[in-house]
Amino acid sequence: MMDRKDFQAIYMLWLRQMKRFLRTKSRVVATIVQPLFFLFILGFGLNIAIFPGMEGSYITFLAPGIIAMAILFSSMFTGVSVLWDRQSGFLQEVLVAPVSRLSIVIGRTFGGATVALIQGLIIMVIAIVLGVQISGLRGFLLTIFFMILLSFTAVGFGLILASTMRDFEGFQSIMSLIVMPLMFLSSSFYPINESLPDWLRILSFCNPLFYMVDGIRGSFTGINYVIPPLINLGIILVICIIIMVLGTHFFNKSEI
Amino acid sequence: MNIITTENLTKTFNSFTAVDHIKFSVKEGEIFGFLGPNGAGKTTTIKMLTTLLYPTEGSASIAGFDILKQRAQVRENIGVVFQEPALDTELTCRENLDFHARMYGLSAETRKKRIVEVLTLVNLLDKKDVLVKNYSSGMKRRLEIARGLMHSPRVLFLDEPTLGLDAQTRRVIWDYIKQLNKIENTTIFLTTHYMDEADFLCKNIGIIDKGKIIVMNRVEALKKSIGNDVITLVCSDNIVLQQRLSRELWINKTTLYGSFLTLGVERGEEKIPVIFEIARQVNVSISSVDVRKPTLDDVFLHYTGRHIREQTTEAVVSRAFKPVGFHPRRQK
Repeated sequence: MMDRKDFQAIYMLWLRQMKRFLRTKSRVVATIVQPLFFLFILGFGLNIAIFPGMEGSYITFLAPGIIAMAILFSSMFTGVSVLWDRQSGFLQEVLVAPVSRLSIVIGRTFGGATVALIQGLIIMVIAIVLGVQISGLRGFLLTIFFMILLSFTAVGFGLILASTMRDFEGFQSIMSLIVMPLMFLSSSFYPINESLPDWLRILSFCNPLFYMVDGIRGSFTGINYVIPPLINLGIILVICIIIMVLGTHFFNKSEI
Repeated sequence: MNIITTENLTKTFNSFTAVDHIKFSVKEGEIFGFLGPNGAGKTTTIKMLTTLLYPTEGSASIAGFDILKQRAQVRENIGVVFQEPALDTELTCRENLDFHARMYGLSAETRKKRIVEVLTLVNLLDKKDVLVKNYSSGMKRRLEIARGLMHSPRVLFLDEPTLGLDAQTRRVIWDYIKQLNKIENTTIFLTTHYMDEADFLCKNIGIIDKGKIIVMNRVEALKKSIGNDVITLVCSDNIVLQQRLSRELWINKTTLYGSFLTLGVERGEEKIPVIFEIARQVNVSISSVDVRKPTLDDVFLHYTGRHIREQTTEAVVSRAFKPVGFHPRRQK
């Protein structure tokens, strides 16, 4: 099904995204600075707070959540930027080319994942500089794997949004009405344990993002996690496949 | 040989029929024009032929491939220049072409060779490393035409190729279109609502209005069908004068359009005194008279009862009255 042309197309779509990313300096800065604000302000602001059952410093607890956040926002943006391509007309140029829709989706996903991974790694390095202890090489590699899966899932989610919406206003409301609450329920900012009300814990366990953040935490710092990282990995793999299939399906179906 | 044929091609959006059972064919190597006012269904037709929209009914084939069943082969054989610009403005001209070439699977040597060839054709070679966002709209259009040609398609679709460009740039683009049709032997399917454009470029045209093809023929034949000269009269009683004139055998055809009357005749300037004499006999006073060679506008008027221009002016006026800052096309 895939031939040389499809691989060329994947490479080209990836390359285009890299070029665009490096050329829009403001985006590079904004997408790194925003999570850093969270890391610094929340990290130092809440460092004196004591959460029941939390090991280590608050910033150690917070860092995995912020890495996940950076990757989530960046990848979702990549998915949704299909909308921008549609509005600028460029999407037509891509869709009229003799390559399969699947390779277009793969190219964009790889491009988005690469950008997100670079941003995630930068946050990671800054977190380590700020004194966050990492669990070891195996944990580090596992973290990268989690980051890639999170990125793919978020691009897929963005693609679903972009295929069902016609403008950016819809994206803004999705961000504040769905993504922000998911972020707050993901255990990024406070530990999810028995001291919380039941309904809040149940909501958290229904949140796909929880498993991503918990997985990154379990592998990156190796403390304060709820579910063993490899089980998280399994759960996320399933979610990622479902979302990617849905994203591809919606993208396939959408007309100009 | 026919390179494009359609069979009852139809597209319905909810309850609105944008393209209504159209049937036409285009011969290999020609420049074929689809002429019609805004909203006639031209762009929808192009989008179906280029596999971007699924027809609700009917089908078409391009270069022998079915647009429904052989979408990939259709895409390999066509180039498209869309009505709205479809360039990545964050990339340079060369990068846009390179992107396109790789999407069509051209080898490295072919890519290099073609970029020089197509940019020479549209005269942009010296600007190839400039970011497209710094291009003027005329340059963007030329680049898009060049890009459409990169992979040497057998059919090039041009959707309103000179929309929104100034007169001088339009002339330049017309020349490029004629040249590439000759040099690359590319079949060109273009849509336009400019009659002068269709007149200058196309040998065969189809007039489309409200989703239907009204008439299809050679441009000359269409003009001839309404007479060698067209006389337009405005007078005190159109109906009486028309009834009287329709008895004259030297008049090919008289048509009444509300406030004015048109006659198709031979050697129009010699007929004016005769017409005045007849009008005096039936007590009708003529307030204005005009003689000219028939244009495609007369053809359009003849077949649809409306001017193509009226709608264009309307569109321009309504756009001008939109609130400040709302210029959807120009903004991008």
